[in-house]
Amino acid sequence: MIEFRNIEKSFFGVNVLKGVSFTVPPGQTVGLVGENGAGKSTLMNILGGNLPPTAGEMFLNGQPYAPASPRAAENARVAFIHQELNLFGNLSIAENIFIRGFPRKFPWVPWIDQRTIRVRTRQLLEEVQLARSPDTLVEQLSAGERQLVEIAKALALDARLIIFDEPTTSLTSRETDRLFAIMARLRERGIAMIYITHYLAHVQQLCDRIVVLRDGQVVGAGEKAELPIERMISLMVGREITQLFPARNTKPEAEIALDVRGISQPGIARNLTFQLRRGEILGVSGLMGSGRSELARILFGLDPCATGEIVLNGQSLVGLSPRERIQRGLAFLTEDRRAEGLCLEAAIADNAVLVSLPQFARGAVRLVDRNRCRSAVDKIREAVKLTASARSEQPVKTLSGGNQQKVVLAKWLLNEPKVFILDEPTRGIDVGAKYEVYRLINELVARGAAVLMISSEVEELVGMCDRILVMRRGEIRDTVSPHEFDRERILRAALHDGSIA
Amino acid sequence: MSSSSSSQLGLRLLNQASLILFAVVLLVFGVLSPAFFQPANAVNILIQTSSTGILAVGMTFVLLTAGVDLSVGAIMFVAAAVGGKLILGGWSLSGVLVVMLAIGVVYGALNALFITRLAIMAFIVTLATRYFGRGLGLRITETRAMNLPDSFYELGAARILGVPLPILIFAGVTLVAHLVLTRTPLGRQIYAVGADVEAARKAGINTRGVLFVVYVVCGLCAAAAGIVSLSQAPAVSPSFGNNREFMAIAAAVLGGTSLFGGRGAVFPGTVLGAVLIQTIETGLNILNVNSYLYPLIISGVIFLAVLLDAVRSRVLARVNRRRIFVEAEPT
Repeated sequence: MIEFRNIEKSFFGVNVLKGVSFTVPPGQTVGLVGENGAGKSTLMNILGGNLPPTAGEMFLNGQPYAPASPRAAENARVAFIHQELNLFGNLSIAENIFIRGFPRKFPWVPWIDQRTIRVRTRQLLEEVQLARSPDTLVEQLSAGERQLVEIAKALALDARLIIFDEPTTSLTSRETDRLFAIMARLRERGIAMIYITHYLAHVQQLCDRIVVLRDGQVVGAGEKAELPIERMISLMVGREITQLFPARNTKPEAEIALDVRGISQPGIARNLTFQLRRGEILGVSGLMGSGRSELARILFGLDPCATGEIVLNGQSLVGLSPRERIQRGLAFLTEDRRAEGLCLEAAIADNAVLVSLPQFARGAVRLVDRNRCRSAVDKIREAVKLTASARSEQPVKTLSGGNQQKVVLAKWLLNEPKVFILDEPTRGIDVGAKYEVYRLINELVARGAAVLMISSEVEELVGMCDRILVMRRGEIRDTVSPHEFDRERILRAALHDGSIA
Repeated sequence: MSSSSSSQLGLRLLNQASLILFAVVLLVFGVLSPAFFQPANAVNILIQTSSTGILAVGMTFVLLTAGVDLSVGAIMFVAAAVGGKLILGGWSLSGVLVVMLAIGVVYGALNALFITRLAIMAFIVTLATRYFGRGLGLRITETRAMNLPDSFYELGAARILGVPLPILIFAGVTLVAHLVLTRTPLGRQIYAVGADVEAARKAGINTRGVLFVVYVVCGLCAAAAGIVSLSQAPAVSPSFGNNREFMAIAAAVLGGTSLFGGRGAVFPGTVLGAVLIQTIETGLNILNVNSYLYPLIISGVIFLAVLLDAVRSRVLARVNRRRIFVEAEPT
């Protein structure tokens, strides 16, 4: 059906896919599993025509297949069901299915043949067992129903290959069962499927074959019987540790810096409780969509929480704005440095003093003391080891990723935070810069600050943290202490469904 | 579950807000003045609505794509200025009308070119072309008021089967616009682009083409609104069409069209909004309210309309909020 032959992909010299080869036989369902960053999305983007491969070939039914656009992939009858659905809420089900090309009543008049699209949609909805009128607006459907509309869309294309990317994350268990029943029927009809998910039990339940990716390579492939859940996990984690971590000479103190008691928010967080001590680095592990970044946003006051208590050095933070939380010593490095962490067009110096600017204001009219500002920037540049070649007046966007991240850190360090939340602090930066970031984190806790470090890289957490919380589906599933640090245990808690364990 | 269904209920109410508002306005004026409910008054309101109504129909196309066109008043002015010069220069009425409509199309195409090809924000582009149009119109008219011959006036006074021509034109424009938006691929694609440009592009829709068409339609409607306006008062003054864009936007938004794109309708929505604004004005007139108060009252209504739109968007965002797990279903 579809064959990947030695697919390679590199971004800016970094190899993301290193010679991936596997086959999806006709009418079979292949489960594609791997940690975040293993290369699953990149591979699927290549399959869907969003990205060209750097090297390698794909064959669809024996024919060379190299889609130049998503449209080309569709024309080859390859359909995608993404986690974020591509539906228009303001249009009806029928219109969503036919938006690419409406059948016309008369060939030369642009008049939609309403009867045809209704009849056709009704048939498709029957196939996916969705009991809704074709005229229902999509925004009135539940998440599960929308998913079924996406599948109906794929069927309308007469797809030969359907790729499901984490289709169950926003579904109730009943909706999930219904989805699986429909997938089983699609399989009987001879449609090949690729199923990507973190729920390994689902992979075992649904798939004929399983392919495990790690670091852009296929590390295991075979019939599902050959790859039970335990085997999949150990294949996924078998990564060599290449990163070095700076030594730390301080230990956590007894005093509690941040006390989080029972934070809950419907659909986002369930009864999150933990304590962060002065001088401690507490890691948060979990897959994308596990609620780790959402936890950070709640702690910082960007998102609401329905119940629960957040106490910073004895003061409750509930009801305070992010600004007031910053004044009380909280800092938050976001996972999206370019969009949320920096003003890219502005100068390094302006970015660095952004948070602490009020401290540099002077006199009755509160003008900024530029001399003091400049000397503070010079000092903090030194501390974060920003590249000497960059002038402070230079726009931040001209810096490398690592140096940009140092500017973000400088911005918060100038405010001397007591509790620093770091969300993916080393994402997209090179090994040398990572080491610098680790060193800065260690220095920060040595001075008595507390750090909550969220990361997709388990090695990083194991190398840096005093304890690690593991989150899944908005819950803390496990708390791991240093003597039990074990990638497999962490991954199992992050991946595994409670019902299976 | 219960919170989401109450949001759905709120959403439905908000979607009917213009209708509710209209009923309230009718009731208030009806109670205050018995003269208000006479049929002659209804016809009068419709005639006076027609120019702004046509303008608002064109504006609805643009707003549906989450854009805006601030130049429509200027387009009216330029078309009227050129039309006035030509008819005073001895052109036939039909020739003049064709030229005026063509000016609307070209002007709209110009806006569209800047917006789609140079990727400049619609707000900025049409703000610039608004000033350009007003300047151009003043130059053509040499800043003097132009009184037009009776041919325009006869157009406005004409009746077909007893229905005044301006109302017929308004009804015709509304009908065509409504059918285009609801029954043609282009219309549905306009809604898709307004809901999510990126998703529309991924679905293979020619988003630039769609945007181009909506600005051309808006320009064409502006020229037509200019013609209808001239037929009611056949004179081109230096302030002709000035600030009419805001009335058009207000009418569309009052009728439930969202400034955030993707939501709204020409019928009944925008038509209702336009009639509502005119009804308030006429009602205040009948009640002999100090005319200096009109702008204050109209501004209050516009504010209410935009507020409703904002509230509706927020409710919608709450309904569609991303969730990472689903609460256990009650068993």
